[in-house]
Amino acid sequence: MLQDFLNSAPIPLLSALATLVMLLDAMKRDGARIVFGFSVFSLTAAMAAAIYTMFLPDKTTAFNNMITCGGYGAYFDIVFCLGGVLTLLAARPFLLASNTEHGEFYSLILFSICGMFLIAHSNNLLTLFIGIEVMSVSFYILSGYLRTSRFSIEASLKYFLLGAFITGFLVYGMALIYGSAGALGYNEIYQAVQGETGARFPMILLLGMGLLIIGLSFKSAIFPFHQWAPDVYQGAPTIVTAFMSTAGKAAAFSAFIPILAVLTPESSSPVAAKIGMLLAVLSAATMLVGNISAVVQKNIKRMLAYSSVAHAGYMMMGLAAGSVRGASGIVFYVTAYMFMQIGAFILISALERGSEERYQNLEDYAGLAKKHPVMAALMSVFMLSLTGIPPFAGFFGKYYLFTAAIESGYTWLTIIAVISSVISVYFYIGLIVAMYFRESDVQEQDSRPGLAGISLVISAAGVIILGVIPQFIDKIAKSLF
Amino acid sequence: MGENNIVVSYLPLIVMVAVGFVFGLSNVFLAEILGSRRNKTNVKLDTYECGMEPVKTARERFSVKFYLVAMLFIVFDIEIVFMYPWAVKFRELGEIGLVAMLLFMALLFAGFVYVYKKGALTWD
Repeated sequence: MLQDFLNSAPIPLLSALATLVMLLDAMKRDGARIVFGFSVFSLTAAMAAAIYTMFLPDKTTAFNNMITCGGYGAYFDIVFCLGGVLTLLAARPFLLASNTEHGEFYSLILFSICGMFLIAHSNNLLTLFIGIEVMSVSFYILSGYLRTSRFSIEASLKYFLLGAFITGFLVYGMALIYGSAGALGYNEIYQAVQGETGARFPMILLLGMGLLIIGLSFKSAIFPFHQWAPDVYQGAPTIVTAFMSTAGKAAAFSAFIPILAVLTPESSSPVAAKIGMLLAVLSAATMLVGNISAVVQKNIKRMLAYSSVAHAGYMMMGLAAGSVRGASGIVFYVTAYMFMQIGAFILISALERGSEERYQNLEDYAGLAKKHPVMAALMSVFMLSLTGIPPFAGFFGKYYLFTAAIESGYTWLTIIAVISSVISVYFYIGLIVAMYFRESDVQEQDSRPGLAGISLVISAAGVIILGVIPQFIDKIAKSLF
Repeated sequence: MGENNIVVSYLPLIVMVAVGFVFGLSNVFLAEILGSRRNKTNVKLDTYECGMEPVKTARERFSVKFYLVAMLFIVFDIEIVFMYPWAVKFRELGEIGLVAMLLFMALLFAGFVYVYKKGALTWD
């Protein structure tokens, strides 16, 4: 029992600390500063615990096989904590500027990270479901955090209604898989699906897999289930969007990889081929729809939302490939994406300074290089990385995924991916052109990003370091499988 | 063969659904056919209120405080739902069960403290 707690240290630790953060907020009136400090400390502690469990022997499980420990889960824990710390640092100046700093914000971020931990560690469909719900419910509240803003409330309600509806698909998928495989644990499902006979009711299993894929696709904003993303990402407070669109997506993919590995154990079987083709088609459609829709957007948050849809499409290539290379490619991409997307959104939130009108449209960014040269430079780094231009992280992320897809025989998918990357150049580079080569007659005094500056520097450093020495993370990512 | 099995084992359920559907629908029509057509006075057509006279519309605005109480109720309701089976199986579950239940209670208590300190239990 104690060993179980030690092996899965990040989850109980962060759950306890998140509860403490909540209580601390309730005990101390006007103690938001202490709550903020304590939540950053909690995330750092959880990250340390994740690093401590990182090197456990392979296939270590805890609590009657309900969760896996170490390796894969621990790596994702570190990614989630990093995203959380970056968000929290930038959140304080953002919330102070809009005069809405409440301790609940910090505890909700921590609770959603607890949910993500459970998702990445899940070794049972029930654990997965609880993790997804803990994360999603926190997100529903967080996206409606600015209670006086119509957009924020609209985003929250929309996200909640659609999310609750999709949860039905997820649970029904799990129920059908249970009906076919006779178990909820990944290990038992793996046993049942394998072998000559396969599962008892192959059609029901396939149906269950389809519904499960729908549910997880919604969470990661994959094409036909992506419509909520632009509205929610635009309406939610920018700092929440930064967190949702990176860590939330990473969590959804951390669930995708093991569950598909369990459900399609032999990559040569007809079921695996069917699912592979399904994922490839979804991936191609997601990339094209995301990038083409982003071209016509006028609002920068909306544009980045559509671009995040497209990036989910790139990540899905790794799932379609169904190989170790594909999975490790996703792990690398998730890490790179975390830095570049969170950086871009945090930069917008720093420029906004508490107003919901400032720096929302693309034309507001004209001449930014003159007004805030450092901000413009950082934004350019994130945009170039999102485009996938070397030497930034985004390039190697795409490189690993594209090679994985080609190795698994999806050459056509790679061609579509390259075409949609070329489309994406238009709006990413378009923003850089606007910042550097266009003039603006709007004058304003310089603003200091404060703590958000630390987040921005860390994200930019991450993007550059991952781009310069990608082998380091790639080697770790390969060792997880 | 596998597919057949499902149909056979669910046959009673299908029959049940069909009978229920027919029964429910036929009652609606039977009431129309057999029922009296006279004496449809205002009193008979009025809302049934257990003998009380209906005074005004029920669609009123409630204070948001009621919703808060309803939400808090769920928390403690769930606690009881978990405690009953735990109490029944207390001996079999042993120490681990006790520790797990204490952890659960501690978390709920934390929620209670939060609610209390935030002033959700004061009515005015």
